[in-house]
Amino acid sequence: MNSPHRRGRTAWKTALGLALTALMLFPVYWMLNVSLTRDQDMRKSPPNLFPTHATLEGYRAVLDQQLPYLATSLVIGVGTVVLTVALAAPAGYALAKLRPRGGGILNFVLLAAQMIPGIIMAMGFYAVYLQLGLLQSVPGLIVADSTLAVPFAVLIFTAFMSGIPGELLQAAQMDGAGPLRTFRSVVLPMSRNAVVTVSLFAFLWSWSDFVFASTLAGGGAHEPITLGIYHYIGNNNQEWNAIMATAVVASLPAAVILVLAQRYVAAGVTAGAVKD
Amino acid sequence: MNHTTHPPDHTVRERTGAATAAPPPARTAARRRPTSQQWAAWAFLAPVTLYLVLFYAYPLYRNLDLSLRDYTVRSFVQGNAPFTGLENYRKVLDDPTFGPALVHTVVFTAVCLVFQYAVGLALAVFFNQHFRLSATLRALFLVPWLLPLIVSASTWSWMLNSDSGIVNSLLSVVGVDPVHWLTSPEWSLTSVIIANIWIGVPFNLVVLYSGLQSIPHSLYEAAALDGANAWRRFWSITLPLLRPVSAITLLLGLVYTLKVFDIIWIMTKGGPADASTTFATWSYRLGFGNLLPAFGPGAAVGNLLVVAALVFGLVYLRVQRKQAMA
Repeated sequence: MNSPHRRGRTAWKTALGLALTALMLFPVYWMLNVSLTRDQDMRKSPPNLFPTHATLEGYRAVLDQQLPYLATSLVIGVGTVVLTVALAAPAGYALAKLRPRGGGILNFVLLAAQMIPGIIMAMGFYAVYLQLGLLQSVPGLIVADSTLAVPFAVLIFTAFMSGIPGELLQAAQMDGAGPLRTFRSVVLPMSRNAVVTVSLFAFLWSWSDFVFASTLAGGGAHEPITLGIYHYIGNNNQEWNAIMATAVVASLPAAVILVLAQRYVAAGVTAGAVKD
Repeated sequence: MNHTTHPPDHTVRERTGAATAAPPPARTAARRRPTSQQWAAWAFLAPVTLYLVLFYAYPLYRNLDLSLRDYTVRSFVQGNAPFTGLENYRKVLDDPTFGPALVHTVVFTAVCLVFQYAVGLALAVFFNQHFRLSATLRALFLVPWLLPLIVSASTWSWMLNSDSGIVNSLLSVVGVDPVHWLTSPEWSLTSVIIANIWIGVPFNLVVLYSGLQSIPHSLYEAAALDGANAWRRFWSITLPLLRPVSAITLLLGLVYTLKVFDIIWIMTKGGPADASTTFATWSYRLGFGNLLPAFGPGAAVGNLLVVAALVFGLVYLRVQRKQAMA
């Protein structure tokens, strides 16, 4: 195959790839387009394919009405990340390097825990929180959201920390470091990538959570952004530019993660689902 | 995670190599001082173990308890509901919603799985070739999977709006009458299926793509020399060698799709007239969707869903273990 011919062939593939990507991402484009549409054009038939009379009214509505929801989601997201890493990193270290008796059972429980539908967990949490008075509270939602991430996080940490050379840990022990010291000064610094992956997913999942938010935080003083959007859809069916503008803002963490940390995302998606 | 398909819900499981992957030196160390190391290990595991008991086991136990008692709003708060055994389950099985919910759950799961897998595989094969921008475009395909489900669901709701939606507007260009996507019983299940397929394709693409990467290129070259065309190579090399990865992808997809709730609830609330009700939305509606919550039956429906998810989950774990040993 000569080289101009080959170049021609791959150019054709690139074009097809671009077309497929455009088709796949059309809903995302449409969300952006509608978020910039004026009220009077909203019910136009056919709708404007491009934001020709772009307006920022929708985004102004976000600034006016949705900032508290966004702040709540940010706090809950950060709280979930901290709780998840604090619980999962030591557990991953123990499972990967300290060979506890019964570790296999714990692994199995963690895998099974991920199979439980969120709606069932939500109903159980509702019953428990009602007794404890934790409904509509930020700490309550942080704990509930962390259940989305903790099992996954333990498994990621275990897999990652298994790859840390045993000689390094032995060397630390020779220098008189106990398990806690070894964990803090050797294992944790070396597991930066795992911490990043886990934090990204924990934040994204808690930021995106709707089931726990609607069952455990609905009607309270601190509702996350997913409920902000949900109320919006329910209340004013007309102002779709504001709804879509909120959706765009709510998508920003996903966009940031994709741009800054794409390799971590792909690693997280494939981790374990495929045999290496 | 719900993720799930969120992904779905969304989320991805990890096969751990804890028992096999540690290098030999750690093993000898472990043998040398087993007792103190056991104490240290369980000290590190204590927080997560306590957490699993408090925030997984206990809510699940409460859920089971809910399903076995006759709860009213009052007794829910006071906690003195009479024990009624399997009465709630009988109530749920006799409910006229049970049949449709079962059918919709099966149809939703099966159709989503087939399309997510087929589209994901086609895209994985396509992106497995070398061309400019291949990696970038593949990364962009992750977007639907990363978006919060409420964002995807509300965007699809507006796109599928009967009067002002872009989908009907495009259909009218080719002469198709407006379809009442979300408001007619004939189409609402199809609508949520379409949206959920869109969300689930990236997961299938990424996992199947990484499976394709492990198929040696030389096999394709040899087959090409033997005169096998691309179609033939796909059927006799790609598909058979991808079977383990396909099994894992489909089983995980099955577990995630069974529990899909957000998309359906946000787009149609399971309606109109239960036309898109699945076990997940039905359970939620019983527990939280009415002024008078029926916690007992809601928990019962939920537990049926847990059993289904765990059965397929165990199949998944079996398959995975078998593959790990092979």
